[in-house]
Amino acid sequence: MNDTGPDLRELYQEVIFDHNRQPRNYRPMPEADHQADGHNPLCGDQLTVFLRIEDGVVKDVSFVGHGCAISTASASLMTEAIKGKPVAEVEALFHDFHALLTETPPPERDFGKLAVLAGVREFPVRVKCATLAWHTLHNAIVGAQDPARTE
Amino acid sequence: MTLLTDLPVSGNGQPVGASQLDVAADFPILARPVHGRRLAYLDNGATTQKPLAVIEAERRFYLESNANIHRGVHWLSQHATELYNAARATVQRFINAAHADEIVFTRGTTEAINLVAQSWGRAELRAGDEILVTTMEHHSNIVPWQLLCEQTGAVLKVVPVSEAGELDLAAFDALLNHRTQLVAITHVSNALGSINPVAELTARAHAAGAVVLVDGAQAVAHQAVDVQAIGCDFYAFSGHKLYGPTGIGALYGRRSILNAMPPWQGGGDMIRTVSFERSTYAEPPQRFEAGTPNIAGAIGLAAAIDYVREVGIERIAAHEHALLEYATAAVDAIRGVRLVGTAQHKAGILSFLVDGIHPHDLGTILDAEGVAIRAGHHCAMPLMTRFGIPGTARASLAMYNTRADIDALVAAIDKAQDLFGTRNHG
Repeated sequence: MNDTGPDLRELYQEVIFDHNRQPRNYRPMPEADHQADGHNPLCGDQLTVFLRIEDGVVKDVSFVGHGCAISTASASLMTEAIKGKPVAEVEALFHDFHALLTETPPPERDFGKLAVLAGVREFPVRVKCATLAWHTLHNAIVGAQDPARTE
Repeated sequence: MTLLTDLPVSGNGQPVGASQLDVAADFPILARPVHGRRLAYLDNGATTQKPLAVIEAERRFYLESNANIHRGVHWLSQHATELYNAARATVQRFINAAHADEIVFTRGTTEAINLVAQSWGRAELRAGDEILVTTMEHHSNIVPWQLLCEQTGAVLKVVPVSEAGELDLAAFDALLNHRTQLVAITHVSNALGSINPVAELTARAHAAGAVVLVDGAQAVAHQAVDVQAIGCDFYAFSGHKLYGPTGIGALYGRRSILNAMPPWQGGGDMIRTVSFERSTYAEPPQRFEAGTPNIAGAIGLAAAIDYVREVGIERIAAHEHALLEYATAAVDAIRGVRLVGTAQHKAGILSFLVDGIHPHDLGTILDAEGVAIRAGHHCAMPLMTRFGIPGTARASLAMYNTRADIDALVAAIDKAQDLFGTRNHG
């Protein structure tokens, strides 16, 4: 908690506004072979992640739901980041992305567009907004029955 | 604390309404900057700040009077017991209960309601009995009854609210019937600010033979409460929303009904005699205060009540009412803002939505401007479902808030719309 106040432009970058206004891969997927629900009971964010996995590779991914700008943009960016990637790589990216928001020092790797969410580090109460989609994705992959929660 | 009149007209030319209170200096925390900015604390529905008088009362208790109560023959224990009993009498006078033994100290409103559910409820309710609540209840006036329903087979019935956030009185009457054993209603909605006509509702419930519990968590700090005038059987409230400490609250229970209730927790202080064959229980209120209570908290609560009485609850109510009118007009005038909860009778709560900005994002942006509000479902998820929204942004007032706090809120909303580029929405 610094004295001068957090820099909101670090948190709300233009890419985040863009993905909040026009989320990518925002659609239900009737042909999905994996899906999971995520819920953040504290702020009411709710989403469903759909996956189609073939030969250990994410062939298609989408989501529906509602949430704040951070959670919507994070879900949208996530779908772009993992499409076409092997599941093992996706799980490793989840691990590193989580560390990017919560660990000091953050892991050194190229996060691509996901790096715009690094500003969330400075807003600890918003970390759960940025990670909800990823926790839900993880549950979809491992076939967890209970909805993902970040609380 | 001084009563200021003839305040200058505020920046946006709003006429000055009722007289303004000037009590902020009594609340040291309000002077601390947040994110380098003047703090505009508008989250009083969650908890109020504490005046020095309360902080000092707790400190003085531990410095000068600390001992356990009701058991020591020594001087300090008797002294602490006297202070604790005096605190109970202070609560009694504050809500105009007929007798001090009608006041049970609890951890807060939640525990008070759970006490009634588990003691009165489990003893009295049978399968098929009905409990009537409303859509605008806080989870703490819903879930204890759901637990009780699971335990007894009783059924929960719900009175709907209108689009403005007012109780549907015709539906209330229609839902009341001979199976209704309990009506559990909030005095003031924590999410909308709506004030319910609890005296009128109590009369109707009593006519139908039901017992009435009123959740006063959002009421006692904002208007004079007289439990005898309301006529309810139970009234629950928390100290920490009344400028007192956390972890202390009170349950008012009519003497005749408390006397008939079994204990809900067992332990020290609540017994008359204990043997392995059978124990007998103390009279109320001790019967419901097992274990060492929050003695310092009770004394802090009494100090908070003394402080509120000194300022004057009627003056606080008038000040907050005028400030709510000012805030409602100012926030409603912002393009793209929608008020949620526009009941005719409201206490100091302003819930709203800003077009294109999720309440959670708004909360973060306002915080960066030093404006503390609550964003979310306000522990009233059924009510949010009723309005088809995930949550709201909520500004809630206390006696120390001023027009400067509201002006800071309005400026911060403006800044959020700038950041999100949504100024032209709505």
